[in-house]
Amino acid sequence: MKISRRQLMILLPAAAVAWESVLAGTPEESPNYKMSEHWWGMLVDIDKCIGCGNCVRACQTENDVPDGFFRTWVERYHRSDWPMSESGDVTTNPLIAPEVISPDGGKEGFPAATDESGKYFFVPKMCNHCADSPCTQVCPVGATFISPDGVVLVDQKYCLGCAYCVQACPYGCRYIHPTKEVADKCTLCYHRITKGLTTACCEACPTGARQLVDLKDPKDPIHAFLKTHSVQVLKPQMATGAKLFYNDLDGSVR
Amino acid sequence: MSVFKDAGHLFRFAGLFVLAFLIFLVVRHYVVPKSFGQYGHYRGASIGEIAQRPVKFAGHETCEGCHSDVATKKSAGKHAHVNCEACHGALATHADDPGTVTPVLPDTATLCARCHTASAAKPKGFPQVVPADHSQGLPCETCHQPHSPGMDAPKTDAPKTDAGGVK
Repeated sequence: MKISRRQLMILLPAAAVAWESVLAGTPEESPNYKMSEHWWGMLVDIDKCIGCGNCVRACQTENDVPDGFFRTWVERYHRSDWPMSESGDVTTNPLIAPEVISPDGGKEGFPAATDESGKYFFVPKMCNHCADSPCTQVCPVGATFISPDGVVLVDQKYCLGCAYCVQACPYGCRYIHPTKEVADKCTLCYHRITKGLTTACCEACPTGARQLVDLKDPKDPIHAFLKTHSVQVLKPQMATGAKLFYNDLDGSVR
Repeated sequence: MSVFKDAGHLFRFAGLFVLAFLIFLVVRHYVVPKSFGQYGHYRGASIGEIAQRPVKFAGHETCEGCHSDVATKKSAGKHAHVNCEACHGALATHADDPGTVTPVLPDTATLCARCHTASAAKPKGFPQVVPADHSQGLPCETCHQPHSPGMDAPKTDAPKTDAGGVK
């Protein structure tokens, strides 16, 4: 077969297009959900959280999280007032040394606080679904990854349970499942959000302190919220590209 | 061919290399899953597997499909933005099979206290009481209707049929 120069010029781009579609693979199974149209994250409004633990219980129910392990948990911070009296220890800096408690992950709420001094607030924590996540980079077998819609997932059939990722996560969001012996973590309720539902923690939150956000959706209220509020992420200096946004986050939160 | 006169051992060695490479290709074909590398350095099919896990919380839209009366009542009160399953628990099994799966009515004494027990740690604007002082041990639904808890909206129907939203 002899191909002229003209034919070659037509064939090459066609072959390139065909190769692109080979690389792209087969389309997703769910027909109404297109991974390329979403970029998921979550917004936590610290001012609204009352520390009831509904999210922790809902997550455990939805995802069969074993007792003593948490995909999401709530911490209560108490930043005491700056000691000013002569008897007080003025060398203690409450801005960097707050008192943090999280009894059983805050699953059954928190003991009533009676000390009116200082500043209290609740910080719900979970996987930050980082865009440049350290945990996926250390996996030696390609068992954890960032999905095309921005969710950090674990392929539990492929995971060896080496726990590198557990050590790599700067937010402490991963654990080794006690019976499956593979890495386990928040999936951002991937089985729910791909069906058009919100996550279990957001569904169960009574005050709307947690909101699932889709950063690729131009109609999502997150875009206006990010412009008008002081929104931060945890450990920004680590450049993880965290997508768990906190409104009114206190500087003492680590 | 005089150059390759004494090179037979090199060809045998090269043959071994080619054979080993072919064996590697065959083994790789069977060991590496089909969808590995579909989207990146992972098994693309695992995304679908994770997406197929069962749902336990039906979502408030599902609840409101049948219990529209409760949804209407709730939308007027302070609990308008509290989703059904925040109090009633995960009820996808009930939504799938309303005939046989009957939800258990939550006990207001523990349920309401979970959010509304007074604590200095809670945001100041959030309504909170010390249950022992506030109600002297009476169940909350004696005065407050859980779906619309304000005192200006007096309770009209019996809590047993109403609070659960199950007819």
